[in-house]
Amino acid sequence: MTDTRQRLERIAHARSVVRDFFAQRGVLEVTAPVAGARAVTDPQLESISFQVMNQARYLQTSPEFALKRLLAMGSGDIYSLGTVFRDDEQGRWHSPEFTMLEWYRLGFDHHDLMDEVESLVRSVWPLAPSLKRFSHRELFLRYLAIDSLTSSVEQLKARAQELQDCAFNETHRAFWLELLWVIGIEPALKQEACFVYDFPVEQAALARIGRRDSAWVAHRFELVINGVELANGFWELTDADEQARRFEADNRFREQAGRGAIVPDERLLSALRQGLPECAGVALGFDRLVALSAGYQQIADAFALSWDQA
Amino acid sequence: MANYSTNEFRPGLKVMLDGDPCSILENEFVKPGKGQAFNRVRMRNLTTGRVWERTFKSGESLEGADVMDHTMEYLYTDGEFYYFMDPVTFEQHQADKKAVGETYLWLKEQDTCEVTLYNGTPLSVTPANFVELEIVETDPGLKGDTAQGGNKPARLSTGAVVKVPLFVTQGEVIKVDTRSGEYVSRASKS
Repeated sequence: MTDTRQRLERIAHARSVVRDFFAQRGVLEVTAPVAGARAVTDPQLESISFQVMNQARYLQTSPEFALKRLLAMGSGDIYSLGTVFRDDEQGRWHSPEFTMLEWYRLGFDHHDLMDEVESLVRSVWPLAPSLKRFSHRELFLRYLAIDSLTSSVEQLKARAQELQDCAFNETHRAFWLELLWVIGIEPALKQEACFVYDFPVEQAALARIGRRDSAWVAHRFELVINGVELANGFWELTDADEQARRFEADNRFREQAGRGAIVPDERLLSALRQGLPECAGVALGFDRLVALSAGYQQIADAFALSWDQA
Repeated sequence: MANYSTNEFRPGLKVMLDGDPCSILENEFVKPGKGQAFNRVRMRNLTTGRVWERTFKSGESLEGADVMDHTMEYLYTDGEFYYFMDPVTFEQHQADKKAVGETYLWLKEQDTCEVTLYNGTPLSVTPANFVELEIVETDPGLKGDTAQGGNKPARLSTGAVVKVPLFVTQGEVIKVDTRSGEYVSRASKS
């Protein structure tokens, strides 16, 4: 068998395992639009846009908004295994075009969903390492001896500067938490396999916020295996007004950073107003999962033809 | 010099950081979940030789450094400086002891080596991977010690001391691997 054939079979096999996994659990496959009329407002995501019949369209960075609208329309549990696009992201584990497996489960919270993510990973990758679970706070205390929930910008900055020369002027906690992650946590997780849950509220994205041990946390989780971020999930925010406020906050940040505001997706907001059922959802980097399970050292090997070959 | 953005950082690119020329060794794009994108960069400070690890926001840029490697012929030393000549332009360059560092142990007149110029001045000198040098001092060889193990120190014409097999004698020319400082063989007779 040629290397190419073997690679293609691995990818195809992983797809069929995913489809069987969800078929057995009654989660329905849906196809989300690839070119949407609206883009996400995420401060750190850039959508690729183009014109179709003189109207702007945006290659979707994830199927999240489409799937949430379907949930509000009564779809029940659904998943999508499809191609998404993100500008400005390329590297060993990043490709501007990649395959995202995203699914939503009614009545689940983020802990229920972590259990299911673990089962799915093990279905695709039976020899996956066992997955530990740490709260974000535990992880920062363990590797950096600093409290990620309560430390001030000055404290986070001082900790970062102890680790590495850095002269950034950013004044928001999210930036310093992310920098500390990159220089202090991720390198320590190169040999680890774990879920990280309950993030600082600044990193809530689309997760609901709640109290845990007398502190406010975002009910969000990530799965990291060998230092590679494999999945990001939320116990989903269902409050339309809170969602509208987060869109506005994102846009204020984007404007300050010179990235320009994005017109919020009013269809998502009206779907939330109509009523998004209580649910948890997760996006998993399918190509990364294939690569890790096959022992590939870069995401490019998990594509039939990679970005550089396309 | 031109500016280079983080997505142009390739191994070997020479850039300025904190006033020193640096050579990029490794550049990794990292983006914590939905967060700021960074580039984790390892680079060698060409002035000190030290390896730096720095993290940049993706899209940040650094000024290029005017650093070029040239193949040159080593001419001589006057005790303070070492003199090299570009075999194409015949231009001569003087390198101080800091730039030459330990490389003087492998410099033989008329040999070629790599001279790294920074703003036109030698920053470092890299010897050829293999050089042939004469042994000026070593214990006499013992009869019968031909192929069996065992070695002894030998001082070369440049001052370098390398371990050589027992059968090699004073006055012989040997081939040395400059990367490891190890004896390779007796030099082929020319």
